[in-house]
Amino acid sequence: MTVEFVLNGKRVTAEATGDTVLLDVLRNLGCHSVKCGCETTNCGLCTVWVNGKSRLSCSVLALSIEGQEITTLEGVKEKAEEFGSFLAAEGAEQCGFCSPGFIMNVLAMVRELKNPNIEEIKEYLSGNLCRCTGYMGQLRAICKYMEHMKEEVHS
Amino acid sequence: MRVVNQPVPKVDSRALVEGQPVYTDDLAPADCLIVKLLRSPHAHALIQDINLTRALAVPGIECILTYEDCPDKRFTMAGQSYPEPSPYDRLILDQRVRFVGDAVAIVAGTGKEAVNKAMKLIKVKYEVLEPLLDFRKAKDNAILVHPEDNWKSLFPVGADNKRNLCAHEEDGQGDIESVLVSCDYVLDRTYHTKANQQAMMETFRTYTHLDTYGRLNVVSSTQIPFHVRRILATALDIPKSKVRVIKPRIGGGFGAKQTAVTEVYPALVTWKTGKPAKLVYTREESFIASSPRHEMEIRVRLGADKNGIIKGIDVYTLSNTGAFGEHGPTTVGLSGHKSIPLYGKAEAFRFIYDVVYTNVMSAGAYRGYGATQGIFAMESAVNEMAGILGMDPVILREINMVKEGQTMPAYYGETANSCALDRCLARAKKTIDWDNKYPYRDMGGGKIRGVGVAMAMQGSGIAALDTASVGIRVNDDGFYTLMVGATDMGTGSDTILAQMAAECLGCDMEEIIVHGVDTDSSPYDCGSYASSTTYVTGMAVLRTCEILRRKICAKGASYMNCAPDDVEFDGEKVLNLKTGESISRQEIGNRVMCNNEDALYASEAFSSPISPPPFMVGIAEVEIDKETGQIEMIDYAAVVDCGTVVNPNLARVQTEGGIAQGIGMALFEDIVYNEKGKNYSNSFMQYKIPSRLDVGEIRVEFESSYEPTGPFGAKSIGEIVINTPPPAIVNAVHNATGVLIRELPVTAEKIYRGMKNKEK
Repeated sequence: MTVEFVLNGKRVTAEATGDTVLLDVLRNLGCHSVKCGCETTNCGLCTVWVNGKSRLSCSVLALSIEGQEITTLEGVKEKAEEFGSFLAAEGAEQCGFCSPGFIMNVLAMVRELKNPNIEEIKEYLSGNLCRCTGYMGQLRAICKYMEHMKEEVHS
Repeated sequence: MRVVNQPVPKVDSRALVEGQPVYTDDLAPADCLIVKLLRSPHAHALIQDINLTRALAVPGIECILTYEDCPDKRFTMAGQSYPEPSPYDRLILDQRVRFVGDAVAIVAGTGKEAVNKAMKLIKVKYEVLEPLLDFRKAKDNAILVHPEDNWKSLFPVGADNKRNLCAHEEDGQGDIESVLVSCDYVLDRTYHTKANQQAMMETFRTYTHLDTYGRLNVVSSTQIPFHVRRILATALDIPKSKVRVIKPRIGGGFGAKQTAVTEVYPALVTWKTGKPAKLVYTREESFIASSPRHEMEIRVRLGADKNGIIKGIDVYTLSNTGAFGEHGPTTVGLSGHKSIPLYGKAEAFRFIYDVVYTNVMSAGAYRGYGATQGIFAMESAVNEMAGILGMDPVILREINMVKEGQTMPAYYGETANSCALDRCLARAKKTIDWDNKYPYRDMGGGKIRGVGVAMAMQGSGIAALDTASVGIRVNDDGFYTLMVGATDMGTGSDTILAQMAAECLGCDMEEIIVHGVDTDSSPYDCGSYASSTTYVTGMAVLRTCEILRRKICAKGASYMNCAPDDVEFDGEKVLNLKTGESISRQEIGNRVMCNNEDALYASEAFSSPISPPPFMVGIAEVEIDKETGQIEMIDYAAVVDCGTVVNPNLARVQTEGGIAQGIGMALFEDIVYNEKGKNYSNSFMQYKIPSRLDVGEIRVEFESSYEPTGPFGAKSIGEIVINTPPPAIVNAVHNATGVLIRELPVTAEKIYRGMKNKEK
């Protein structure tokens, strides 16, 4: 079967069967930022936005996204680079394999939560696993990024 | 220093945060054959028959390979310098299967669906054998994991396959028995650490294809490209000249990828079919057929006088290498050689070990590499000794720890040339506010908080063995290419090596392009493991830069028609000190491309006769619910002496990440098998790794010594950082509740039952 949806602002079609997951469709369409880390919805690496909301693309059936808007890191390059520069400034991307999914969820968080505190940040991002960093550097990057955004709003 | 000791961002950071296609699976051609492995459902069995008829009929199936298609030439998947200490005990596929998940057949086809369908249609008849699952009963058991006569040990490690022994050794100095007899207090305890998964976010994966010259090209997520070349040549029984290995970006390794877990399977498919092939392990496969930490049981006998001087240390380690001996003979050595030397006043030590085969998945290399297990036992024993002596465990360490300048008999007789362990302990104690928090504080509401301490050491490369070389070339406009064989697996080693080169050559980071790793073009490096890259490869960078500077000076002098002794290179230009005339690096770089016979290229190697240990102290603060035993991490103060810190950001993140992994090992990570040898811990639901809600606060500081033999005074950082959490957390639990836990992980159940038993 074919499924038609909007990927990063462009209308696309893809072949899929009943058990094809969105993750595989997106990688086949060249969105290599979307990584598979576990197949069991535990790691957060495959996080994308479905109609603007964070979803794990390993648990979204491809046929269920007919007509919907999918956004991957490739579709938010400028914002990803902006936050990514804060992550890199801490050395907290490390191997980088979890970075795309993590960044997608951070960008969703800053849009959704107003002035989240540390506990709210940890809670929101708790599904994004990282084995390299111990999470502290990611948290420093998020805090500095949010400060930077506040300053941008003020100026 | 201008570039070294600065928090420079990683040279590859932009590609990583933009999600660029830079990892193995992103780079594999779309027309790759998909390779999957049919796995044994039995822990121990002989294959009687494999019927492929129906499976081969599935449209799209290219080939199905069984043990009959594989060379009868045993090899090891361990990535170690030749001749490998790990025995040659594997075939690519074997008629005997040795654990649940052992590979039985390699299936390759044009799509995932076809391959999955074919896998279900392969009919295998097994003669099921009784498995050997208890590592305490493995030595000299009637069940042999490797009865075969072509099993081979290349190195005198005390291995004997007819006794299920992968290694055995006895070492020591002084008369341990009489020293222990003379002690006022002797403690005799046994500790048990479990197998743990590295659980790097990118699972094992490899793709292979034939190049223009008919050579096998291998792109793999590996820490050991040069060892993979040798392993593949041995396993496939082909010349090494026929193999090329390329390492792209790696999504984490932590030692897991110091074993060639996936490479041989697609390589065999490509070699047989001539077609590109790829094998990407699922997370489940990465959990059931990989290279986890060796489970160890460690008995420590510790003798002290009434003043708390530790006078004798006796360690016996039993290590479980599983079905194959990858890293078995070597990890175990660290359990004693990197724990006993922490205590500098011992008059005698003894260290004996056995490494045994069993029918569970093969163990491998995991950050810490045996030191983690040994340090858990040693530091727990020292904490228990503090209890027996009625002493503060910090004070017991203050009076016993190894000091700078001391010889360490149990560390191969090396001297601690650089050691700030005393400063690390003092600072960690202050950071956590030990004197006000030790041993515990009742927080009210049924919550109690305890603090616990541990020290650690590691090495910096393998002494007199690890070899690294780099090459640096001057290009047009004078920029440099730094060619490395060391493998950045996400740690940032490409970055810190470039920092060292930029420092030595007096240029900016942007002027250094790092290239690696491709076994056809990169200078030889044994790979990134054993905490070697900063120290060993770093020194190769320093040596290479020194030679290259001389060549640049000579070339500049020749262009200015003066003697090389009359010039100086300041990084930007070669200056004639007598005339003030100069020629820029840019101009030299451009001019050497015409009418020139002197290559502006240098390549030097380095190997060290010693392996200077980094040291550290970790202090954990945990909160325990007195009703349920539930444990929560509150705070972790870590102070590290890795010598000069080459990149403060990357060293900090390494430390935080290592501590988080250590917290996982301490609190919940455990590979559990059922009574038939089936691995239950086969997903992130059964094998939990810490999330950001589980680690509490981690605070990292550095107390740097200066290592005279290291690059800019640096030692290693990568491995040591995982070693302190298990013993520090066990100590904190003990200080909070009085419950002593000697078997990891420290679960709420164990704490709860311990508290209940104490009430009785």
